[in-house]
Amino acid sequence: MTTERTQQIPGQAPRTPSYVSPIPIRQANLGHALASEWTKIRSVRSTMWTLGIFLALVVVLGCMVAGLIGADTYLNAPYTMPAFFGLLLGQMCLVSLGVLVVSSEYGTGMIRTTFTASPQRHRVLAAKIIVFFLVAFVTAAVAIAVVGLYTQLTVDAPSNPAWLPTVFKGALYVSLMGVLALAVGSMMRHSAGAITTMLGVVLVPAILPPFLLFNESLVDVAQFVSDYNAISALSLIFEGSPSTGHGGAQTALLAGLTVVACAGAFAAQANRDV
Amino acid sequence: MIEAVGLTKRYGDKTAVDDLSFQVRPGMVTGFLGPNGSGKSTTMRMILGLDTPTAGHVTVNGSPYRSLPNAPRHVGALLDAKAVHGGRDAYRHLLSIAQLSGIPAHRVDDVLELVGLSEVAGRRTKGFSLGMGQRLGIAAALLGDPQVLLFDEPVNGLDPEGILWVRNLMKSLAAEGRTVFVSSHLMSEMALTADHLVVIARGRLLADMSVREFIAANSAGFARVRVPDTGPQQREALTAALTRAGAQVLPEQDGALRVTGLPLPRISDVAHEAEVRLWELSPHHASLEEAYMRLTQGMVDYRSSADPQIGMRPAPVPGRSDGWDPDPGPGAPFQPVHAADGPTFSKDPR
Repeated sequence: MTTERTQQIPGQAPRTPSYVSPIPIRQANLGHALASEWTKIRSVRSTMWTLGIFLALVVVLGCMVAGLIGADTYLNAPYTMPAFFGLLLGQMCLVSLGVLVVSSEYGTGMIRTTFTASPQRHRVLAAKIIVFFLVAFVTAAVAIAVVGLYTQLTVDAPSNPAWLPTVFKGALYVSLMGVLALAVGSMMRHSAGAITTMLGVVLVPAILPPFLLFNESLVDVAQFVSDYNAISALSLIFEGSPSTGHGGAQTALLAGLTVVACAGAFAAQANRDV
Repeated sequence: MIEAVGLTKRYGDKTAVDDLSFQVRPGMVTGFLGPNGSGKSTTMRMILGLDTPTAGHVTVNGSPYRSLPNAPRHVGALLDAKAVHGGRDAYRHLLSIAQLSGIPAHRVDDVLELVGLSEVAGRRTKGFSLGMGQRLGIAAALLGDPQVLLFDEPVNGLDPEGILWVRNLMKSLAAEGRTVFVSSHLMSEMALTADHLVVIARGRLLADMSVREFIAANSAGFARVRVPDTGPQQREALTAALTRAGAQVLPEQDGALRVTGLPLPRISDVAHEAEVRLWELSPHHASLEEAYMRLTQGMVDYRSSADPQIGMRPAPVPGRSDGWDPDPGPGAPFQPVHAADGPTFSKDPR
């Protein structure tokens, strides 16, 4: 852009009223939005903090626990089982990051810049979900796999179950939890509120069942909540038996919830003022 | 080209923008003026499709913003310099915006150079001063090399060098045939930058005209006349003669007379006929600020009472620029707006 141009006489419209940029115009698509979100998620410290703490919790805690567990436990549990303890705590890191991916933009006002650059708001949210899911999934899978490898190499015990599927399922479960948090963050637009809500989603169902048992008519509900809460789900993924299942139904329920929450987030942001 | 037609925005029972219609044309800088809370930012957000109007519509180059095929290549905007993630460095902040709109990455370096932030491109924006934030926001607006530019208070926090730079930037952008729409509170700055004005108060359009017309219409120019201070007789004689000739005369504190309603040569003639010598006969041209103050008087939501003498004066102090002049002049078409709309405003829940 040149700034040395002849000055137009004020108040008088020029002959050619519209400026034409020499830079070729490319139609923006989801690929552009994905690149943008990848730049965004890489360039803030909250990503490094939350994922760093997640990795530390899962790997360090997992490797510490690996040697403490009785060798016969591994007969019926995969070598990745020690990762369960770290994931219990670590999923809150992914929840926080999921919320922050969206709510930090609302908190700072950056969302106006983003929606000005892409008035196709659905594209932005879709890119956020995809990029966050991939980042969370890969991080969680690596963490679980490291624990599995460490256990296999250091623990002198035979193990029957294959541990590779648990890498996939464990990572999927906590990443879906993060995407659910992202959707909640997008609807609530408030970091603290959304993280607190997600704490409730993770913890309340785990604490609730004994209280539900005070009323006999709620026994079935208590049983359901007890079977399907986030902590049971993770424990089934890593320690499930053929009789209890391996967390497939629990993951499906979370996936369903996440889809519903994402649909809500897409609908909520479509025409809301920002 | 920005075109608003009957644009209205209500929040509950509060009307932020009320039936606003105006056009912003290319090739010139259009200033957007109004008191705090008058709906300027809401209007800008509606232009950008961030807020949905309650009624009416606004288009950019003929399309609603959200229907533009590649909006950031048509429109660039600086809304709030602080609206960035403070933890991200300037380069990657701009890169993420460029990537989102399919703008080549080398543009990021170009605009950083243009706004003078190249040296701090790798620094997190949290540590930026207000002026640096403004430059970053301007860089973001220019990324897409757009035809239409919106700037909300672009000179906020800038140093004099920065203000001059923004002024020249606005003018050169307009000279290239772009549409430049800029809001500001700094009247002296607007007088130097803008060619055209859109003035609103309480969400309503007060004026849509060139700066020159605006000043002419909303201020009464007057003549300052001073007679020898030998005694009050001369002044009284001249006052009587001028009043007979059809002028309004008001004494100023320092003994001068403020005369409206007569051209300067006529004042001189009248004085000559009345055999009064003149020590001073000077024209007073109103500034944009005076014209603006006069127009928006009574329509300000958040008024400070910094005047320590408020309520203590028997009569208005002459020489004040807030347009107390009894003669609004022939070109004050907006005076009736105040009168007609006064009762409506008093019912306003605010």
